[in-house]
Amino acid sequence: MLLLTCPHCGLAVEETELSPGGEAHLKRFGPGSDEDAFEEYLFLRDNPKGPTLERWRHSYGCGKWFIAARDTATNRVFGTYPAQTGGPPDWIVKAMEAVR
Amino acid sequence: MTSRLGDGGRLINRARPLGMRFDGRYIRAFEGDTLASALLANGHLLMGRSFKYHRPRSVVASGLEEPNALLGVGEGAAFTPNVRATTAFAEDGLTMTSQNAWPSLETDIGVVNDWAARFLPAGFYYKTFIHPRPLWKHLFEPVIRKAAGLGAAPQEQDPDRYEYTYAFCDVLIAGGGIAGLAAALTAGRRGERVMLVEQAAHWGGRAVVDGAEIDGQTAADWVKDALEALEKMENVSLHLETQASGVYDHGYVLLTEALKGAGPAERVWRVRAGRIVAATGALERPLSFAGNDVPGVMLASAVRDYMVNYGVSPGDRTVIVTNNDDGYRTAITLLDAGLHVPAVIDARDGADSALIRAVRDRGVRIHEGRGIAKVLGRNRVKGVAICLQAGEGAVLQEIACDCVAMSGGWSPVVHLWSHCGGKLNWDDARAMFRPDPDRPPLGADGTAMVTCVGAASGALSPAEVLATVDGAPEAATEECAPIKPVWLMPQGAGPELRAKAFLDFQNDVKVSDVRLAAQEGFESVEHTKRYTTLGMATDQGKLSNINGLATLAGALDAPIPQVGTTTFRPPYTPVTLGALAGEARGELFQPLRKTPIHGWHEAHGAHWEPVGQWRRPYCYPKGKESQEDAVAREVRATREGLGLLDASTLGKILVSGPDAGRLVDMLYTNMMSNLKVGRCRYGLMCDENGFLMDDGVVARIAEDQWLCHTTTGGADRIHAWMEDWLQCEWWDWKVHALNLTEQFAQIAVVGPKARAVLEELGGLDVSKEALLFMGWVDGTLAGHDVRVFRISFSGELSYEVAVRASEGLALWEKLHEAGAAFGVTPYGTEALHVMRAEKGFIMIGDETDGTVIPQDLGLDWAISKKKDDFLGKRGQMRTHLTDPDRWKLVGLETLDGSVLSDGAYAVDDGTNANGQRKVQGRVTSTYHSPTLGRGIAMGLVRRGPERMGEVLTFTAPRDGRVEARIVDPVFYDREGERQDV
Repeated sequence: MLLLTCPHCGLAVEETELSPGGEAHLKRFGPGSDEDAFEEYLFLRDNPKGPTLERWRHSYGCGKWFIAARDTATNRVFGTYPAQTGGPPDWIVKAMEAVR
Repeated sequence: MTSRLGDGGRLINRARPLGMRFDGRYIRAFEGDTLASALLANGHLLMGRSFKYHRPRSVVASGLEEPNALLGVGEGAAFTPNVRATTAFAEDGLTMTSQNAWPSLETDIGVVNDWAARFLPAGFYYKTFIHPRPLWKHLFEPVIRKAAGLGAAPQEQDPDRYEYTYAFCDVLIAGGGIAGLAAALTAGRRGERVMLVEQAAHWGGRAVVDGAEIDGQTAADWVKDALEALEKMENVSLHLETQASGVYDHGYVLLTEALKGAGPAERVWRVRAGRIVAATGALERPLSFAGNDVPGVMLASAVRDYMVNYGVSPGDRTVIVTNNDDGYRTAITLLDAGLHVPAVIDARDGADSALIRAVRDRGVRIHEGRGIAKVLGRNRVKGVAICLQAGEGAVLQEIACDCVAMSGGWSPVVHLWSHCGGKLNWDDARAMFRPDPDRPPLGADGTAMVTCVGAASGALSPAEVLATVDGAPEAATEECAPIKPVWLMPQGAGPELRAKAFLDFQNDVKVSDVRLAAQEGFESVEHTKRYTTLGMATDQGKLSNINGLATLAGALDAPIPQVGTTTFRPPYTPVTLGALAGEARGELFQPLRKTPIHGWHEAHGAHWEPVGQWRRPYCYPKGKESQEDAVAREVRATREGLGLLDASTLGKILVSGPDAGRLVDMLYTNMMSNLKVGRCRYGLMCDENGFLMDDGVVARIAEDQWLCHTTTGGADRIHAWMEDWLQCEWWDWKVHALNLTEQFAQIAVVGPKARAVLEELGGLDVSKEALLFMGWVDGTLAGHDVRVFRISFSGELSYEVAVRASEGLALWEKLHEAGAAFGVTPYGTEALHVMRAEKGFIMIGDETDGTVIPQDLGLDWAISKKKDDFLGKRGQMRTHLTDPDRWKLVGLETLDGSVLSDGAYAVDDGTNANGQRKVQGRVTSTYHSPTLGRGIAMGLVRRGPERMGEVLTFTAPRDGRVEARIVDPVFYDREGERQDV
């Protein structure tokens, strides 16, 4: 059971307090988008073995969404940050690149 | 013959005798005995029958790795099957029963399987029970099912209680042997919060049985001092009879604790540990020789345990068979107790150490380079036949004995290391898999989460064990001759002997089975395991796995590390279902959500329907009235007079802010931003696929405020859905969503007399002109602040009255009082369903199933064409969703007036590629309509709305067929006159 730090509360919280939300930083494609772009948005996920960015909601706590940078193979957590952003902060990118 | 020794037994209290029964026979025991030691002390060697061949079996081990001695314990409701006799303690008056034997343990019919063993090799079932096909159902399957399973499930409800508890610590140490105690002392002195857990009921592990010199003291004295020191440390907690069953992500550990006396029977600990120290010791391996399962053949270490811990003699004459020095330790223990050791059979040539010399000096004959060709005796050991280990099993000599103590070397208990992915190395010199410190399981910070110390890390002697622990004292070193790996005895044993050399005792897997699997191409250890069932019994292969994979490696001519181990999965030993369930049973199984009016429903005989975690009244049967009759009465009363429904469970989400209109326009398929304050509109929500996920009435409360009603089951989900979009996609929008579901009670006042009863309560103008259909108004009713929505889900004149939750019951009761004159009737969810179906209204979860779009349901009118975007708009443009052949909503009327089956299919001509009858539609809602006096239904039918009047054939139970005509889904008051009066 994962232990992730909610960047909004600053608390290390148990996985049972969280709801998973899948791959982070998807770009939404709505009406007017072509079939390929829409398919990519709706269905195609990276599912890597290794570092990944994934969405979590602190459902049974503050209710806020955040993003965790986690290695899916070792469960190492590089950090978490609020979901209200277009991409990961530099320090997380660097930490993830270090193990790639 | 096994018996109680005249003295000795460090764990038993001879002053406290106990009496038990085993298959009806009286068993004398002492306090502190295990069931196994008590049975042995009474001369009961035979304890069970093996699973497949029903071979007679006795204990082979002394701890929880025991594969054979599984008993049914207790009686009636307190009966527990498959209890390991080696770990359960003797209790006065306890009843034990043997398993897997009929009519008795001594005379077991199932033993015919053993005589036919050569016809029951690995994969026998897969190969045999294929043809002829018809025999499977009526012959093979019933017979196999009867033979399957070990032990009997208890028939009554478990009278025991179980509980969960939670703990946090800096370091969790699993194992209270000398390594674990030393690690706890070091961590404790550093000031860390330490939890030290030991699965047995005593501290000290093997060192106190085998003897060691630690820091100039005996092991027993050192353990005593260590415990005294630990007990004084406030930051250290000590837990006996508590097993670390599994290690999970990020230092999460599951402990199972056995409890005594009143209160819970077991406790499950859920611990979050900063780091985990596995001081879990090692398990001795059996040797693979013919007849190694005959009662009386035991692990050498188990023989020492029974003698030293329980004062039990394993027999007068014990032959030792070993490939390492450990067997000699058992010889010394036997000799010290005055028992006879006719021979030590050592597979090694020229091994020499102080221990070996000591045994030789006491006059014991040591047969070097020899092995056991076979064990003599069937129900108990009568002797052994000796052969050359290097040969094929030609018998050199027979030695009479009544016990064989075998030692095949030690395997570190690496389970906790491996549960989260710690890797192992094969150590050739020690013939064992050891944890590789360079490839540990990682914690959240990317550093090692588990470390192994002591025997679990591969250390063998007390000196080596303590050297693995930082800050531990030193133990005296002892000379030790190296082990010689022996995976088959003798190494050239032929088929006859291999077929009696057992690897997995509980599942009856022999060397011959693993070889056969290899021959048949099962090269992966994971495949071989499943094909032969090696290591798949309740002991999970604690004794058998290493011998099994070494045998597989031999058969494949591959090195052992290349074959590798199977995956180690928690729990380490089986955990009872009761312990895992904990308190979550009966009323505490899950939390119950109750509306403010719940108690009234209960008092008025409501028949409940679970809706999510709510309980809603399904109907209110009166006296002996059936549920069907109650529903029909409630529908008629509502249509003809006045019905009341507790609608409090309906989701109520308040969306507010300057961008609230923007948000509701994105969430709903229809336009919500142009709704006027004071008005309501029915709306649909879709996911990005375009599939309909929820519906409900939206009321505009203020310029910047919309109140969104959701379905009962959808409230939390839809609120989370809104939050997801608000926080992760449109976080710059100025809007927030508040789930007010539980803040308000909501009562639907329905029927031709609805207005009259509200006027009776007084305080609010609810006339047709003042409160238009699909409008809402705030005011007071009978002194309560209320918000009244004039909306209808039944087709009748209808008001939904929202009131503070705390006033819900009072208003409900006042409505009943005032409504008495109008024949007021509370109605439940089923009447609600019937009435909405009579009106052709869809229900989320009936008409929708996650693959249905609003257009399928004839709801095109609720899909805005003006909006550029809303959630699901792009999805609905996909070709499959615009296909004119889609199944669409219609009404269905059976020709004979009967009620169609829920989910019934409309059959079509021809068959599909699988030879199944083609279908062209299905029933989504079906009821008996008390209003119309006939069956009515809704369904999805291919191009349905274009086929009005057509008659379709529907499936019915027992291969029946029912004909039904496609009609308009609105069965009642098509013009909507009744709701707009």
